[in-house]
Amino acid sequence: MLAADGSVKPEWQGFLDHIQGLDPQELRNRFARGDQYLRDAGVLYRQYDETVSVDRNWPLSHIPVILDEAEWRDISEGLIQRADLLEYVVRDLYGPGDLVASGQLPGTLLTQNPAWLRPMVGVTPANGNFLNLLSFEIGRGPDGKWWVISDMVEAPSTAGFVIENRVAMTKAFPSFFNKSNIYRIAGFFQDFQQQLFHLRGNKSGRIALLSPGPANQNYAEHAYIARYLGMLLVEGEDLIVQDGHVMVRTVAGPKPLSLLWNRVPSALCDPLELDQNSLIGTPGLVAALRQQQLGLVNAVGAAVLETRALMAFLPKIARKHFGAPLKLPNIATWWCGQDSARAHVMANRDRMIVGSAFSTVPLMADSSDQGQNGTARPDLGDLSQTDGRNLVGQEAITLSTTPTYENGALVARPMCIRLFLARTAEGWQVLPGGYARVSAGDDAKAFAMQRGGKVADVWVRGAQPVKSPSLLDAGAADSRTPTARAALPSRAADNLFWLGRYVERAEHNMRLFRAYHARLNDGATHGSALCVHIRHALMQDVSEDPNAMAGKFDAPLDQALGAARKIGDRFSPDGMAALRALVSSAETLRERAIPLEDFSREISQLLRQITGFAGLVHENMYRSDGWRFLSLGISIERAANMAQLLSRLVQEDAPDGALDLALEVGDSVVSYRARFSILPHRRAITGILGIDEENPRSIRYHVSRARRHIAELPGQNKGQVLSAIARKILLLETELAVSDPDALTPDLLAKVQRDIWDLADTLAQAHLV
Amino acid sequence: MIYDIRLTISHQYAVAAGNGRHVLRVLPRALPGRQRVTAHLIAAEPAPDERRDSVDFFGNAQSMITQIEAHQKMTIRMSSRVEVTAPPDLDGAGTDLSGLAQTLKQQRSLDPESPLHYLGPSPRLSPDAAICAFAKAAISDGADIPAIVEAVGKALHGHITFDATATDVDTGAAEAFAQRRGVCQDLSHIMILGLQSLGIPAGYVSGYLRTLPPPGGVRLEGVDAMHAWVRAWCGPDRGWVEYDPTNATFIGTDHIVVAYGRDYADVSPVIGRLRSSGGQVHAQSVDVAVVD
Repeated sequence: MLAADGSVKPEWQGFLDHIQGLDPQELRNRFARGDQYLRDAGVLYRQYDETVSVDRNWPLSHIPVILDEAEWRDISEGLIQRADLLEYVVRDLYGPGDLVASGQLPGTLLTQNPAWLRPMVGVTPANGNFLNLLSFEIGRGPDGKWWVISDMVEAPSTAGFVIENRVAMTKAFPSFFNKSNIYRIAGFFQDFQQQLFHLRGNKSGRIALLSPGPANQNYAEHAYIARYLGMLLVEGEDLIVQDGHVMVRTVAGPKPLSLLWNRVPSALCDPLELDQNSLIGTPGLVAALRQQQLGLVNAVGAAVLETRALMAFLPKIARKHFGAPLKLPNIATWWCGQDSARAHVMANRDRMIVGSAFSTVPLMADSSDQGQNGTARPDLGDLSQTDGRNLVGQEAITLSTTPTYENGALVARPMCIRLFLARTAEGWQVLPGGYARVSAGDDAKAFAMQRGGKVADVWVRGAQPVKSPSLLDAGAADSRTPTARAALPSRAADNLFWLGRYVERAEHNMRLFRAYHARLNDGATHGSALCVHIRHALMQDVSEDPNAMAGKFDAPLDQALGAARKIGDRFSPDGMAALRALVSSAETLRERAIPLEDFSREISQLLRQITGFAGLVHENMYRSDGWRFLSLGISIERAANMAQLLSRLVQEDAPDGALDLALEVGDSVVSYRARFSILPHRRAITGILGIDEENPRSIRYHVSRARRHIAELPGQNKGQVLSAIARKILLLETELAVSDPDALTPDLLAKVQRDIWDLADTLAQAHLV
Repeated sequence: MIYDIRLTISHQYAVAAGNGRHVLRVLPRALPGRQRVTAHLIAAEPAPDERRDSVDFFGNAQSMITQIEAHQKMTIRMSSRVEVTAPPDLDGAGTDLSGLAQTLKQQRSLDPESPLHYLGPSPRLSPDAAICAFAKAAISDGADIPAIVEAVGKALHGHITFDATATDVDTGAAEAFAQRRGVCQDLSHIMILGLQSLGIPAGYVSGYLRTLPPPGGVRLEGVDAMHAWVRAWCGPDRGWVEYDPTNATFIGTDHIVVAYGRDYADVSPVIGRLRSSGGQVHAQSVDVAVVD
C-alpha cells in the first residue's frame, strides 16, 4: 500500500479516502453486508480437524489488495510467458522426451515422480493443447519485485471464490465500485465459457465439470462454478465409456460428453490404467483419451508441472526455449540430486526451506516441511549420500504486506495472490483480479487458511474508466442452457428422489411423534392401547424414550441433508438454507431437554418449517426433470406412508381412537368435519385419506401426481406402448379411482403399500441406475 | 524349448454383476532372440461387448474387455505356443555398485527399458529399512552386480519360507518380510526393494513356469498359478538379468515372460471394475506343457 518513501501509492488513495469517510459503525455494517452475502450464498470453507470436518464462515478480509494497471500488465506478461513455457514442457514430457534426452531435465525427476503418469505418454490431447486454464500463486518481495511461488495446473483453482469474493465486496462498497476504475471480472469468465464451447468441437456433445464429489473440500466451489458457467456437474461414477466415447449416465440414458473440466486429481481418474485404488474414477477414461474422443481442461497428467523440483530447471529451459530469461522469476530452487546444487543448499542452509522434491504442494505452504524456524530439520549429512534426489531447497523469501482490518485499525500482513489465465481464441487471457491470501500474523509462512489466515479480493485499478461487460455480450453466450433438459445425471436424480423421500419420511414421523405426545399430555400413558399401537404398528417398534422416537425424524432429516449436499448444483440455495435450518431446529429441540408437555407445541413449530420446505419445492423450483424426481420422491413416500397408516388404523381390532389418529396424522380433521360432522367412521376415513382426489394427504392424490410426473420423464413415449413403470402406476391409480371406500380393507391397503414400493424400485431401475 | 501354455481365470460373483471392464495382461511377451510367440488366443465369457488390444508403457500386451450385461461368472482363457531360448550366459567382469551409480547418472532415456524407471518408489513399493539392512548384510564388498543379485536372491530364498496361505495379493512387502513367509509375489517385491536400496535398478516380471520337472529334476514351486520373479539392471553392457528368488535361480528356459513392470501393480494379470453389490471368488489355473 505504501511506496518506498512512505507515501500512499496512488492506486490505494481513492479506496482509503472512501473508507476513511465512513464512521466505524458504518464500516462494520458494510463488512457485515458482505459477510451476509457469503453466508446466504453458502460460501464456506471446510476445516479439517483430525477426523471431522467443520464448515466455517468464509474468512474474507474486507480490505482488497489493489494493483495498479501497469503493474498488473507487467505481471500478466510474465505469466503468459510462463504459461507458454509450461505448455512447451508438458508437451515434451508426454511426448518426445527431448528435455531429458538433452540433459535439460534429469530423468529421475519424471521416473521417480508419482505425478508423471506413464499411461498418458504418447497421448495427444483431443483439442490440441495440454493446458487451457492455469493459476499461479505469486508473492512480492520487499523490493517490490514479484516472484512465482507455485504453478497450479490441477490444484484447486478457486476461480469460483474469486467471483464470490467480488460479489461480496460490491455488496460492501457499492458506490465506490461505480465511481472508481476497478476492472470487472465477468468478461474473463464469459470468454472462458466461449472457449469451452469452442473446444468441444462436436456441437452436440456436452460439457461437464468432473468433481471428486461432496467429500472434497472444494465441492461447493465446483458446484458454484459449474452453475455459473452453465456446465453439468458430474462425478466419476456418472461417466461411462462405451466404444471409446465418454458418456454421462442420465435419466434419459447415456449421453455423449465432448469436453471435461477435470477437477479430480489425475492419478485418480481411471482405476484401470492409473491408480488402482481410486474409488472416484471412471474405468476406461484413459482408453477414451487415447482415442482422442474427449477434450480436457487440463490434460490428465499435466499436474506433473506442479512438481517442486521442476522450478529448479524452468529458468534455464526458458532461456534456451525463448532465447530470453523468464520475465517473472520463480522462487530460487535447487534440486539436491545434483552435486553442485546440493552443496549450495548445504552451504546456505540458513536461508533455505528444504522439502520433498516431488511434492506438488508449494514449499512455502507445506506444514510438513521444516522451515527456517522449524525445530526438526532433515539431517543434511545424509544429503551427501543418495537421497538428494528426493529433496529440494528453496530460498525463503520474505513477502511484502497488504493492509487488513483488525480490531478497528488497518494492520499490515504478509500476502500472496493467485492469478488466473485462460486460453481463449485470442491466446492466453489474464483475469483482471485475483484471489489473495493474507497471513494471520507476521509470519510470512503461515499461509494456509487452516491456520487462521484470510482471503481478499484483488482489484486492478485502471487509469481510465473501465468498460463493464455489456448485457448484450452476456446474451451472446447462446449455447449456455439448451443442454440442460435431457442431461440430468442419474445419480443427481437419485439423490433428488431420496431427498424428497427423506423429508417426507421425517414429516410423517413428526406427525406421529406429535400425536403420541399430545395423547400423553391428555392423560394417556405409554402403556395405553393406542400408544402401544403407535409405537409398534406405526413406528417400527420404537421404545418409549422420546429421544429414540425423535430419532425417527432426526435420522431422515440428516439423510435428506446428506442427499442435498451431493447435488449442490441442482438444488436451490434457498432450499438448502431451509433444509439446514430444519436440521438445526431439530437438533436444538433435542439438546434443549424440553419438558414432555411442551413437545407437541415444539414439534408443531418444526412441522411448519418442514411444510415451508415443501412449499419452496413446489412454488420456487423450476419444472425440470430434477424437480420432477424430487416431487416424485415426496409423493411416493407420502402415498406409501399413508397406505401403511390406514392399513394399521382401520383394522377391526385397532384400539379406540385409531380413526381420530388417522385424521390427525393425515392433517384432515378440518376437511373431515366440514363434510361429515359426525364422529369418525371407517368408510369416510378411507374415502378422504385413501381415494379422495382433492386431498393432498390422500394416497390417490399422490399416486395421480406421480403418474403425471412419470408421463413427463424422458423416454416415456406418450401415446405409444406404456413402459413398465407407466403401466404399473396407471394400474394402481385406476385401482384406487374405481375403488369404493369400503373396499379399502387393511389387506388391500397393505397391498397398495407394497405396490408403491415396487413402483419405486421400477423407477430406480428405469431412470436412476 | 517349445511350450503350450494355458491359463484360465474365473471370477464368480455372489450377486450378478454388470458393466464390467477388465484389463488383461496374460499373454506371453515377444522378446526377440529369447521368446517367440507363434500362436495365441484370449477368449472371455460372457463374450465381450468391446475388446481393444494395445501395448502398455512398458511394452506389455494388454487387452481391455467390457461385459455390459449382468452375469454371475466371468471366465478368461488364454492359450499360446511359445518358443523359449535361454538368455546368454553371464560371464566376464561386470561393474560394481559405485560404477553402476556413475553410469546411472548419465542415463537420459525415458524409453521403457531405461533403468531410470526402476529406482523406486513404485505404486506398491516404498523403501523399507529392515529390507535395506538385510540386503546390505547379504552382499560382499566389490562384488559385481550379477553376483550381488544372486547373493541377495539366495539370502532371501533362505530367509523366507514359501507359504501360499500366509499372504494374499494385497500383502505389502514389509509385512511379508517381517513374517518371513509368502509366495513368489512377496519374494519378488522384497528382492526389488533390497536391490533398489543398494542402488540397483530392479523390476517385477510376471510369467509362467514349466509345469513338469525335466527327467530326474525337481518340481518347481509356484506352478499352479502365474509366477513372478525379478529383473535387475547390471549396467549398459550387461543390461538386464532375471532372477527367481522363489526358486533361487537365474532364469533359463523354464520361465516364460508375460510382462515387465515396476511391481505387481504394473503387471497384474487382471485389473477390473464392475457394478456389483456382493462378494466374489476368484480362481486361476495354469498349465505349461512341453511340446516335443
